[in-house]
Amino acid sequence: MSNATLIRPAPGSRRSAVAGGMVLAVLAATVAVLPLTVPLSGYVLNMLMQAATYTVAVLGLTVVLGYTGQLSLAQAAFFGIGAYAVALGTVDYGIGFWLSLMLGLVASALAGAVLGLTSLRIGGHYLAMVTIAFQQIVTLVLVNSIEVTHGPDGVSGIARPYLPGLSLANGRAYLTFCIVVLYAVGLAVWHLRRTRLGRAMQAVRDNELAAGVVGVHTYRTKVTAFTISAVLGGLGGALFASGFSYISPDQFSFAESVVFLTMALIGGVQSAFGTAVGTGLLILLPEWLRFLKEIYLAIYGLSVILIMVFMPEGIWGLLERITQIGRSPSAAVTPRPFRLDIPTSGAAEILETRGLAKYFGGLRAVDGVDLKVTRGAVHALIGPNGSGKTTLLNVLSGLYRPTAGSVVLNGRDITLLAPHERCAAGVGRTFQNIRLFRSLSILDNVLVGAQRPGSSVRSEAALRGRAYEALGFVGLAERAAELVGNLPYGHQRLVEIARALAGHPALLLLDEPGAGLNPTEKQDLVGLLHRLKGHGLTIFLIDHDMAMVEQIADHITVLNFGKRIAEGTPRDVLRHPAVMAAYLGEVPGHGAT
Amino acid sequence: MSIVLQLLFTGLGIGSIYALVALGFVLIYRATNVVNFAQGDFSMIGAFLMVVFAIDMGLPYWLSAVIAVVVMAGFGILFNYGVYYPLRHRTFLPVVISTIGASILLQNGVLAAYGPHPQSLPAMLPFPGINIAGVFLDSQYLLILVVTLALVALQYLFFERTMLGKKLQATSQDKEMAALLGIPVALMIGITFAYSAVLGGLAGILVAPLLFVSINMGSTIALKAFAASIIGGFGDVTGAIVGGLALGVVETFGAAYISVPYKDGFAFLVLFLFLMVRPQGVFGEKVAEKA
Repeated sequence: MSNATLIRPAPGSRRSAVAGGMVLAVLAATVAVLPLTVPLSGYVLNMLMQAATYTVAVLGLTVVLGYTGQLSLAQAAFFGIGAYAVALGTVDYGIGFWLSLMLGLVASALAGAVLGLTSLRIGGHYLAMVTIAFQQIVTLVLVNSIEVTHGPDGVSGIARPYLPGLSLANGRAYLTFCIVVLYAVGLAVWHLRRTRLGRAMQAVRDNELAAGVVGVHTYRTKVTAFTISAVLGGLGGALFASGFSYISPDQFSFAESVVFLTMALIGGVQSAFGTAVGTGLLILLPEWLRFLKEIYLAIYGLSVILIMVFMPEGIWGLLERITQIGRSPSAAVTPRPFRLDIPTSGAAEILETRGLAKYFGGLRAVDGVDLKVTRGAVHALIGPNGSGKTTLLNVLSGLYRPTAGSVVLNGRDITLLAPHERCAAGVGRTFQNIRLFRSLSILDNVLVGAQRPGSSVRSEAALRGRAYEALGFVGLAERAAELVGNLPYGHQRLVEIARALAGHPALLLLDEPGAGLNPTEKQDLVGLLHRLKGHGLTIFLIDHDMAMVEQIADHITVLNFGKRIAEGTPRDVLRHPAVMAAYLGEVPGHGAT
Repeated sequence: MSIVLQLLFTGLGIGSIYALVALGFVLIYRATNVVNFAQGDFSMIGAFLMVVFAIDMGLPYWLSAVIAVVVMAGFGILFNYGVYYPLRHRTFLPVVISTIGASILLQNGVLAAYGPHPQSLPAMLPFPGINIAGVFLDSQYLLILVVTLALVALQYLFFERTMLGKKLQATSQDKEMAALLGIPVALMIGITFAYSAVLGGLAGILVAPLLFVSINMGSTIALKAFAASIIGGFGDVTGAIVGGLALGVVETFGAAYISVPYKDGFAFLVLFLFLMVRPQGVFGEKVAEKA
């Protein structure tokens, strides 16, 4: 493998992206020209206008919910902010459409950023809760501050914009304008998925904890996603207000936020196409279900439950699965040989902990551990179950903040750094229970690792090169385009290692890399670790398989009840009476404690 | 002074309603890690059951309340099997969205059956209230306070002193471990849903005479109960009760001294402040994930 000739990795997904973009362009052009050529009744025109403007807002949910996995229940509020900015700006303040639009977008972005900053620091449901609160407050303000918003009566006579030399006052011209904007937004959202930011978002969605450890600034990524979503909500609302020339508060209520959410979900929230399909469908559905008028919304609610149960990826997700659209075939790629871009000189100790401790209430999981890991060595941490090994690793990679003590990497104190900052400082890691980004391809998983902060490599092509090198090193380059979830267990472990390697860490932490592997796979792993050591990488690993540890470790530390009980070469340590006692119980004649 | 006491009394009364619904939220969240967005609709269903039994069928008021509570328990179990159970192995998001779907379904199902006109229910006690030192204690508010107090005490005894209570606690702390110990986890979760539905329904039954019974009466209550449970510390039982009562008081004083139209906004302002300054709430939510 090390003699392989260099062939640039074929950017397969880029080619399909271009093709997809062209299809979209043709489609959009057809649709955009349609209103100008085919006579449309006012009714159909309104429906198309609603569909176009709503889709812009729902695309915001594609970003925040579909890509990033964060639930926002205030999309109608942002829609309202944009709509009222244009309405009040053109009607009451006479500042014209474009300036009003800009102000609306800025207001949406600011509101989104503030909400995101306050609620996304902690994971899970906080964003959902805060957006509900925000939605209520916006509705209250729209209804009650009558001097400013005109209250429940709403605002009428909203102007349509002028482009230089072109009036969009005509309904068909304005619809064309909306479709062009929608096309641009749709393309941007669709392309986002394949960018650094988009990959970071999807990593956060699939496994936030692992995303942080491989270098994604999870908090910033989530806030960015939510802010983008807020701006798109505002943009959709602005277009909507100008299109219909009349708005009132009930169009921007919590119920409407739920409608937006349903549109995104029914179509398939992880895809821009799906979003458009879902929005169109739910705008048409009431027309088709006219005969059900009274129970229409009840059926709507029921269908949300049924979709979640039977078709969680929405219509587009289902289509994608049936037809395998968008899954570009694996290109035959021979990656460059793997080479670690890390400093191999420096202090003899690459990692040092002093008095490191982590307590959970009264439980002293790690209790004052001093550790020195020599540069270039394979250092194993062993100990019985519950001795604090994984907790120690979690403290080292920044998932837990230590109760006491310090961690020094390459002479730099990293005790208080967040996981992604440690990754930037050169710490890579894998997990005992594999934590991959399950809905991404193998290549994308490794790309997330390759794009870690502080890396010398920036361009997309170079990132891909690094990802392929790392995949080549573990022997999975030719399967790069496959979904990671389809791989057998042993290969998933290798992808996790490749993901860490692609970031070119100075220190690799492995949490039970041999767990669940069969004997052949274990021997392959031993070979892999030996090769890595040959590249000058320092490895710190936990494992239970003593035979394997003995084969690869230069140095062993033994932990029991959170304390270090022995330290030294494999030969010495495995014969140490305290170690034998810890593993086997009291050993007669040794009097170990 | 008597005005302050009067407002405090009213605030605690309405706060009790929030506390009951918040308790329902918290119990389901602890058992399933899911925020049930249809929790408020449990109250709406409870209130409509009262309309069905007491007004449409003309049953005695107290009997109607008892039947309504029993029906709510069954409804909770049904809800569990229809909305949560098929998705129990999925992540947080699909389940939450499913509960949102359930909320739309319930509101519009009732709308289809009863139409958009709000119904009203008479007060539950035969006297208007009592006057103590210039403070008028409305009988319905008194009833709410007494029932809430009794329920909280009973619940405490139930969870701490009975085997079933301990099994429920075990289930909410560690489902796998509970299953290994032979606790029927699915049944425990079913019971939790039933009890939460009873709490929500009871809140709806108690508050119905104070408000109009309408299909979206639950949404406002639920949103405030939600805010209450975050302020108290999401997932904490004491926090839900304290948060609910505190929110009721804040809202009542806010409406009296600051602004009536924005009465419903105070809860969310307080929520914002908490999320910014102390997101884990008064009693602290445990936020941790195992690596």
